[in-house]
Amino acid sequence: MANRINREQVKHVAELAKLEFTDDQLDALTPQLDDIIGLFESLGEVDTTNVEPTSSVTDQLNVMRDDVAEDWGQSHALLKNAPDAARGYIKVPTIIDESED
Amino acid sequence: MNFETTIGLEVHVELKTNSKIFSPSPVEYGDEPNANTNVIDWGYPGVLPSTNKGVVADGIIAALALHATVEQNTHFDRKNYFYPDNPKAYQITQADKPIGHDGWIEIDVDGKKKKVGIAEMHIEEDAGKNTHERDHSYVDLNRQGTPLIEIVSKPDIASPAEAYAYLEALRQRIQFTGISDVKMEEGSMRVDVNISVRPVGQDKFGTKTELKNLNSFTYVKRGLEYEEKRQQQVLMSGGSVRQETRRFDEKTGETILMRVKEGSDDYRYFPEPDLPALQISDDWIKELDAAMPEMPTDRRKRYVSDLGLTDYDAMVITQTKEMSDFFNRMVDLKADPKMAANYLQGDVNAYLNDNQVDLSQTDLTPENLAGMINLISDGTISTKMAKKVFKAVTKGEEPKAYVEEHGLVQLSDPAKLQPIIDDVLDQNPQSIEDYNNGKKRAVGYLVGQIMKQTHGQANPQVVNKLLMAALTH
Repeated sequence: MANRINREQVKHVAELAKLEFTDDQLDALTPQLDDIIGLFESLGEVDTTNVEPTSSVTDQLNVMRDDVAEDWGQSHALLKNAPDAARGYIKVPTIIDESED
Repeated sequence: MNFETTIGLEVHVELKTNSKIFSPSPVEYGDEPNANTNVIDWGYPGVLPSTNKGVVADGIIAALALHATVEQNTHFDRKNYFYPDNPKAYQITQADKPIGHDGWIEIDVDGKKKKVGIAEMHIEEDAGKNTHERDHSYVDLNRQGTPLIEIVSKPDIASPAEAYAYLEALRQRIQFTGISDVKMEEGSMRVDVNISVRPVGQDKFGTKTELKNLNSFTYVKRGLEYEEKRQQQVLMSGGSVRQETRRFDEKTGETILMRVKEGSDDYRYFPEPDLPALQISDDWIKELDAAMPEMPTDRRKRYVSDLGLTDYDAMVITQTKEMSDFFNRMVDLKADPKMAANYLQGDVNAYLNDNQVDLSQTDLTPENLAGMINLISDGTISTKMAKKVFKAVTKGEEPKAYVEEHGLVQLSDPAKLQPIIDDVLDQNPQSIEDYNNGKKRAVGYLVGQIMKQTHGQANPQVVNKLLMAALTH
């Protein structure tokens, strides 16, 4: 195995994705993820010497809409579709972490 | 041990657009929770955001107002984080190509001028708002997608007083562009600060702490002052400052530990694939630059050099664009600039404070206030009469019509005043004798008698002149 990712990193990625794994699962997933990264490494074989870096895969540029407000009238249906709602708010389990950015 | 302080400020400014940055939902305050939301704001699968041109324009305007370079090849990035105020679990922001970079603004601390650098500014979306009750939390996504500009200072700010001056100058410049209300009390301006201290001579910056809950410029200054001292004391007692987030307590003026930062955040930024990149043309920048209102620093210079105001007057008048525009209009209408400035700072400000309103919420107009001042200047009314006229002007009344209707016309014609003065002198030989014996106070008594005869309408300057002429003959 090429060791492109270690068990701690897999655990960290799982935490970021809000996933929980047992030790056995982590043992099984680590080499699998390692293989997947290995597949992506084939991209490195492409010669990009004279290619400008890009942030986009489309050729579109400057697609903008004028600053005009539209009411799509969806708020009622969206609230109905929420797991729980009260007084127009989305009701969620108590949020403890105060980190707001 | 001597220390030097380094302060960094991140300021979020909420833009006054009609629609959100990536969805056409209305940007409105005080509506029913979640009323201004659609599938994009809720982050439904498969929806496609679209870029609001007005927000990009505002970003360019902010960059120009802060002497920054506009990044003409710019794009949006995804910042991944998990929190219930943002159902997408990522914020669309700008990371490696922010719309503006390398700007500066001039600050003034006790007459000492200094340029403070601005590292960059970027446009991004705001998150929703959570309210916490005992058993549950409640999410309102109306604010989700409201456009923001985040302005990040360079580490040039060396004291809490400079931080305060920077915020004041920044608020003014942004307010004058008209892209935001920039009011901290209403949340349209939010400030995050970090501060570190290091012994003088040390190259490396000290470990910084971050301060939260700073709801006014004064609290920013007080929080920083406390934190500056606290960090110095930690270092002097041989300890080391921890990287942590602290909360400012408004009651005690202290900062209290909220949490210790472990490792850096892992936001996994990457270019936003749902939004095409932007290429901002020279023409667009030129067009926005041409429409830019005159900035407060330029107005102050002009007020002092061309209109003869004092630095202080010019500073007070340019606190808001509203006030400064009002003043400009009065000067256009030929009102004496010094008198116009005095009325705005005195009677008008007192009126605004008493009624807790902004200038635009009143019936005051530059036309009426200038009209009143012109009536004082040409001697039609006295400053004393103007008190009554000002009250009428605050109710939207036209000063000339009011003055005529209420007979508030000052008696300035010497031909009409002379007989009254002669009369008063005839009736008060004792006062004339007192005056001739060196009792100058007798003049005051005589003026009082003349004012009484004319029911207060005599022009005091003309009366004085005529009276002195009569007495010294």
